[in-house]
Amino acid sequence: MIVTTLLLIGVGLFAGIAGAILGLGGGIIITPVLTLAMGLDIKYAIGASIIAVIATSSGSTIAYLRDEVLNLRVAMFLEIATTIGGIAGALLTGILDPKWLYLLFGALLVFSGWNMWRKLRRGQEIVSDVKPDRLATKLKLNSSYYDKVEMKQIDYQVERVPQGFLVMLGAGLASGMLGIGSGAFKVTAMDTFMKMPLKPSSATSNLMMGVTAAASATVYFFNGSILPNIAVPLALGILVGAVLGSRIMQVLPARVIRMIFVPVILLIGLQMLYKGIMGVN
Amino acid sequence: MANKPESTEKEMAHIEIMIGRILQIGVVIAAIVMLIGLILLLVNGGDGGYAVGHQPTTISTILSGTAHMKPYAIMMVGMFCLILTPVLRVVVSIYAFYKEHDHLYVWITTAVLIILCVSFIIGHTV
Repeated sequence: MIVTTLLLIGVGLFAGIAGAILGLGGGIIITPVLTLAMGLDIKYAIGASIIAVIATSSGSTIAYLRDEVLNLRVAMFLEIATTIGGIAGALLTGILDPKWLYLLFGALLVFSGWNMWRKLRRGQEIVSDVKPDRLATKLKLNSSYYDKVEMKQIDYQVERVPQGFLVMLGAGLASGMLGIGSGAFKVTAMDTFMKMPLKPSSATSNLMMGVTAAASATVYFFNGSILPNIAVPLALGILVGAVLGSRIMQVLPARVIRMIFVPVILLIGLQMLYKGIMGVN
Repeated sequence: MANKPESTEKEMAHIEIMIGRILQIGVVIAAIVMLIGLILLLVNGGDGGYAVGHQPTTISTILSGTAHMKPYAIMMVGMFCLILTPVLRVVVSIYAFYKEHDHLYVWITTAVLIILCVSFIIGHTV
């Protein structure tokens, strides 16, 4: 009992650090550990993952808000898309074949991973030739953040707001229907489509995924999918890990974060493509 | 290339600090309650206070279990507090944007809260 609890706290700690740095929910770490290593039913693994997403989000957001890394307006604006997408996803379950969603979103992540890899090779982190976007100006989305590595305030502009909004709508749909990819799509939409720098993208993704997860969490909570003896030690570890991760992220060069991000996002994308092709649900 | 008014930046700092503080309080409360439940569970030798494979899942059983200091019930309360923290953040954001007279974002954030409430309702009826 104590050994299992300590193990879960340790897994949570690691997932929290990684999740806070990359802006992902940590399901890619937690689900395999719970199902493959501990032999837990997938239903309970998903329940624990939902709690993990919220713990990562709330734990890291405290520091990201204080240090003004994240973009609150972008988060609020795009949350309209993710929450509507989430509802649509819940309603379409059983009507729409998830196979096509796996294929579509798997391809999107692979495309995004390839795009990020190209960005890495060009070696240019901050995109300075972003075209002024009327919608972004109207919605006051352009902002700045203090980069602790470069030791300077970095101003950035947000581009292609409608495309970002559409990807978020899809992201909400996918996570509502498939229960995955809560963070990967959000970082993709902001970094790849809206041309936001990686650090604010990751921090803003962290903030947003908590709200998306909270909507479905109550369902899992009341139908008994969230086992307290599994989810609580995991959540406690994640909270500590996310607080640490949100500090580590700020002192890591954006390039390093991208180097970790690219294989992770490719892995998630390929996994989804595999599920789409094999028809595994 | 930055052409945003100074006020927007100061305003954002205020809003972010306000939301951050309240979020922190929520997270700390959730963590303490979960930790108390977990410690009780370990002290009880892994006995959550319910039959094996069972846990309280209705509000009334969770509350009555908490009154009897049952570990699983307290852990469920802690997790429920954690689930509420993102919702709390949205609610506080509406107030913060309102105080800073950013009406556009009062509407946007209110819309998010309404959609969130709709999804809660749909989630419980589907």
